[in-house]
Amino acid sequence: MPAALTFEGVGKVFADGTDALAGLDFHLDHGTFTAVVGPSGGGKSTLLRLAAGLLAPTAGQVIRTLATPGPGAIGYVFQDPTLMPWADVRANVRLPLKLTRMPRREADARVKDALALVGLDAFAGRYPLQLSGGMRMRVAIARALVTEPSLLLLDEPFAALDEITRFRLNDELLRLWQLRRCTVLFVTHSVGEAVYLAERILVLSPRPGRIVTDIAVALPQPRSAALRTSRPFEDLSAAVSRALVEAIQA
Amino acid sequence: MRRLAGLRRALPAALVALALLAGWEAWVRIEAVPTYVLPAPSVIAQTLWQDRADLAAAWLVTMRITLMALLAAAALGTLIAVGLAQSRLLARAFYPYLVALQVTPIVAIAPLIIIWVDSLWAALLICAWIVAFFPIVANTTLGLASADTGLKDLFRLYGASRWQTLMHLQAPTALPYFLAGLRISTGLALIGAVVAEFVAGTGGSASGLAYRILEAGYRLQIPRLFAALLLLSLTGIALHGLMTALSRRLLRHWHASAVAGER
Ligand SMILES: Nc1ncnc2c1ncn2[C@@H]1O[C@H](COP(=O)(O)OP(=O)(O)OP(=O)(O)O)[C@@H](O)[C@H]1O
Ligand SMILES: [Mg+2]
Repeated sequence: MPAALTFEGVGKVFADGTDALAGLDFHLDHGTFTAVVGPSGGGKSTLLRLAAGLLAPTAGQVIRTLATPGPGAIGYVFQDPTLMPWADVRANVRLPLKLTRMPRREADARVKDALALVGLDAFAGRYPLQLSGGMRMRVAIARALVTEPSLLLLDEPFAALDEITRFRLNDELLRLWQLRRCTVLFVTHSVGEAVYLAERILVLSPRPGRIVTDIAVALPQPRSAALRTSRPFEDLSAAVSRALVEAIQA
Repeated sequence: MRRLAGLRRALPAALVALALLAGWEAWVRIEAVPTYVLPAPSVIAQTLWQDRADLAAAWLVTMRITLMALLAAAALGTLIAVGLAQSRLLARAFYPYLVALQVTPIVAIAPLIIIWVDSLWAALLICAWIVAFFPIVANTTLGLASADTGLKDLFRLYGASRWQTLMHLQAPTALPYFLAGLRISTGLALIGAVVAEFVAGTGGSASGLAYRILEAGYRLQIPRLFAALLLLSLTGIALHGLMTALSRRLLRHWHASAVAGER
């Protein structure tokens, strides 16, 4: 089976001349969990937008081979929650199903499950303005999951959360991934989070972003809180940090 | 509790009105200003009551034109805005003509419209509409183009059709803009109706407040003129209040202009 996502010599120069990404070559196998770390402004969000097909590359090509192609195959958690302020939580989470014309009854059940997953069942009738920043992000996550995508793209989804909530959602995300076995591409600026979650870490250089290091995370699954204080975890974190520092200084 | 808060909000304006009226009344009495120059508020109030049947009939005529024109402005204005939002070419081709229509003084073209259109009532309606429609078109067009770029990406990601994007993204985004336009158009529709009536200048049973004002002026029935004017202003204020309430109601959950409670 071909890889779920393949970048072949992908580069992106924006219309204003900003050289965001250059010469990206990598592929993600089906059902794998990959993290991307890199400096701010290095093109991580651009990489995800290319992966989703929201941007066209100016060099090379992006190939997606998804188990269930078509709308809804890709879940995307944007860097900002990006909710519709005029719609309540339930309607926000239902949006992807509405746009892909899923029958009402099936959609209702899916929305309910997705909300339970992020622990927001009690807030289904609230409007985004009435939610905390972290809750808004969880709505965005529920919305990305509601179509049961085979490729899940997450752009620093937990950056705005406190550590305890972040750890809990990290575990939720891992549990979900174990369950659904979707392909995950997870952008973060936290090295610890990348090591805890991913099987593989891509380290991006400053702009124009290119992959400077591709690190396999050989830690056992399923992962748990104890791992965070273990020796192998610390060694890997140090290695990734060092790669990041080298990339920035180079 | 909320009713009380509403009263408190209206209090400053009411106090200003009270002070003005008291001053006016006192001045007219002390200086013995003749009624045909400036009638005292008490005389105006008296006239308003005495001529209530006449004035109410005229008020109904003006209101009917105003509300019909407003409705037409809202419906056609929205339709035009949606059309303009469909393509840049369309907008570039037609927008200048809409602006031209907007800046043409209605008193200049009202006589033409009255000649061209057989039914006087329809002619007045068209005049009022021309005065009222533009803010709705301009605001709604801007609103339809103001959708959040992140949400646009989201809609694209799920393969939303043009229609879905219009209904579920552009329309809700445009709603506050539309409502702001509607509020301006409400006042303009009333002005348009009155101005058109002035130009038409016809009497008879179907004549509105503007004609009553003209007529009272000719006959030097100044208190009656003031009574009709007062009725017009009160109508304008009431309509504006109604639109503000509608706007708050529709946006109460999500728009910064209307969310209740502490922030
Ligand atoms: N639409 C655009 N037009 C022009 N330049 C852009 C556009 N989008 C992004 N850029 C530029 O591309 C570069 C990479 O941006 P990107 O958002 O991908 O960075 P990032 O790695 O996600 O940063 P952060 O960690 O701060 O989110 C930046 O220099 C940015 O200014
Ligand atoms: Mg980013």
